[in-house]
Amino acid sequence: MRISYREAMRQALHDALASDPRVFLMGEDVGRYGGTYAVSKGFYDEFGPERIRDTPLSELGFVGAGIGAALGGMRPIVEVMTVNFSLLALDQIVNSAALLRHMSGGQVSVPLVIRMATGAGRQLAAQHSHSLENWYAHIPGIRVLAPATIADARGMLAPALADPDPVVMFEHAQLYNMEGKLPDNWQCDIERAAIRRPGSQLSLITYGGSLPKALDAAAELARDGIDVEVVDLRVLRPLDTETIAESVSRTHRAVIVDEGWRSGSLAAEVMARIVENCFYDLDAPPVRVCSEEVPIPYAKHMEGAALPQPAKIVAAVREVLNV
Amino acid sequence: MNETGGKTKAGTGMPVQPGRPFAHRLLADMLRIRRMEEKCAELYGAQKIRGFLHLYIGEEACATGAMHALDADDNVVATYREHGHALLRGVPMDAIMAEMFGKAAGCSRGRGGSMHLFDAARRFYGGNAIVGGGLPLAVGLALADRMQGIRRVTACFFGEGAVAEGAFHEGMNLAALWRLPVLFLCENNLYAMGTALDRSESQTELCVKAASYKVPTLKVDGMDVLAVHEATRRAAQQVREEGGPFFVEFRTFRFRAHSMFDPELYRDKAEVEEWKKRGPIHSFSAQLKAAGELTEDGFLELDAEAEAEVAAAVAFAEAAPWEPVEDLLRDVTTPGATR
Ligand SMILES: Cc1ncc(C[n+]2csc(CCOP(=O)(O)OP(=O)(O)O)c2C)c(N)n1
Ligand SMILES: [Mg+2]
Repeated sequence: MRISYREAMRQALHDALASDPRVFLMGEDVGRYGGTYAVSKGFYDEFGPERIRDTPLSELGFVGAGIGAALGGMRPIVEVMTVNFSLLALDQIVNSAALLRHMSGGQVSVPLVIRMATGAGRQLAAQHSHSLENWYAHIPGIRVLAPATIADARGMLAPALADPDPVVMFEHAQLYNMEGKLPDNWQCDIERAAIRRPGSQLSLITYGGSLPKALDAAAELARDGIDVEVVDLRVLRPLDTETIAESVSRTHRAVIVDEGWRSGSLAAEVMARIVENCFYDLDAPPVRVCSEEVPIPYAKHMEGAALPQPAKIVAAVREVLNV
Repeated sequence: MNETGGKTKAGTGMPVQPGRPFAHRLLADMLRIRRMEEKCAELYGAQKIRGFLHLYIGEEACATGAMHALDADDNVVATYREHGHALLRGVPMDAIMAEMFGKAAGCSRGRGGSMHLFDAARRFYGGNAIVGGGLPLAVGLALADRMQGIRRVTACFFGEGAVAEGAFHEGMNLAALWRLPVLFLCENNLYAMGTALDRSESQTELCVKAASYKVPTLKVDGMDVLAVHEATRRAAQQVREEGGPFFVEFRTFRFRAHSMFDPELYRDKAEVEEWKKRGPIHSFSAQLKAAGELTEDGFLELDAEAEAEVAAAVAFAEAAPWEPVEDLLRDVTTPGATR
């Protein structure tokens, strides 16, 4: 069956709400409006305003309330409209959700899922185009997910809800309209990276909204006889070092694609792990394709130039392979 | 109808002759905003303008009445629904339109787009797209004026959705505590995206919130441009004379969707139609006509001028060149700042 990423996410949320009375969804315009990205369309009528809870524009307040509700026995799914606005809730996420387990000496857990859209590409300009996944991936105490396929959009929520600790889920805004076949076995873990395209000459490692770009680049390279492997990180914290290292040890080369800015990026962390784990297997220094170090500009050609693109990925792969 | 505002040069805009009666200038400015934005909606459909586009259609009396009550060198801070505010602050329509096209001739070099119109020379400190984000900035601008002995008002426009944010409460308290000259202008159009005020606030009387910080308040019909003007004038005068902040609530309504992506599932067509009857442009022109201060020909003349200005702005934006991609990394920081 072919469905959209949006529909896959909607089905996952629907399952969660229908199967566990402790689960509720809360956030700005998740109810009557139907969700900013129409993911929760129809839920308000089906589950009612108690469980599909529209919030005021109070990110710090309602994310914090989600943390409290999780402490108190509920299983909240808090939707922050986009990562850009999650900055207003950063204190609660970093200083409470991530730390309570440890600060209490292991007495309490925060079984909370926070979902947010992320990423650029729609000419929404600097304040609406952040890719700050790595900020969250830096923090011990939270798990960070980046579903980038239809199956992961369908499958990641259930294990995220089953996780006793806070999980932050990034949905790249460019993915919602993506369509694809939902495999029968869409159930998945939230532990491991996934090889989306096997290959032998180089490991192209990426996540989230950059996955389709990396796959496009790999397809283009294949037409020229260049065989690259595409690794989807899926879980940004804790990183699945094993899958990364296994792939790179086999291909001996790596290009990392990350929509975050280069300095202090997740790509930098992946690169560090490659160097720590596969240094003697490498045939060439790893290379990164990241966003240029500029706030994302509005004009289309400028925005395009600021972000990783298939052409840039192809060029980086050719540079590393020297072909 | 006389010049109640006194010094209102900043808000008079370009094509409207200063010799015109004040009421005609108000009407002309509302028409300029309306026609510009109707064209923007059309250009959005034609994919000339992209990204988010938040139209102010229906709310023109707020920016118009308020801007005409400010002095030319007052500071203005606005939101992402700021096309009209920028225009009436004197940002040329050409530069606004070019910005929306993403051209380098735009008032923010094409880097900001619809939500981030800036004009530092006119002390227009931008379209801010983080709800509530402008309030603390306004407090700081006023603080800088106070510390430098500059007598100036900082006008801060924001939607009623922002009052739920911590930034509103923190900003309000700071301004009141330090008695800073901030004019908080809340455009209460009753909805924040799909969320009606009474579903997001336990206290829907916004003036009560401001008053709890000991900020003086006025609540006014935001569909009535003269009422907006008079309230803002009084508030600005008090800020100028006494130094502390003031909060004005304009009761208004947006006639269009929140942005171009909004299917408007959350409100009745009937509610929108009811408000449209009170549309600020036709109600004000009807009022002027009834008083014998405007003829239909006079109205058509103002409208034609607005249309001509829009046509010229679109032609300018179309013809303007794209910024070269080689310039991508400019303006991230200030050149030479650390030397
Ligand atoms: C901090 C933050 N949260 C959420 C958003 C998304 N958002 C943009 S506009 C808006 C509604 C704001 O309503 P209001 O302040 O009443 O202004 P209006 O759009 O009605 O002019 C929302 C929720 C945002 N831009 N910033
Ligand atoms: Mg509003």
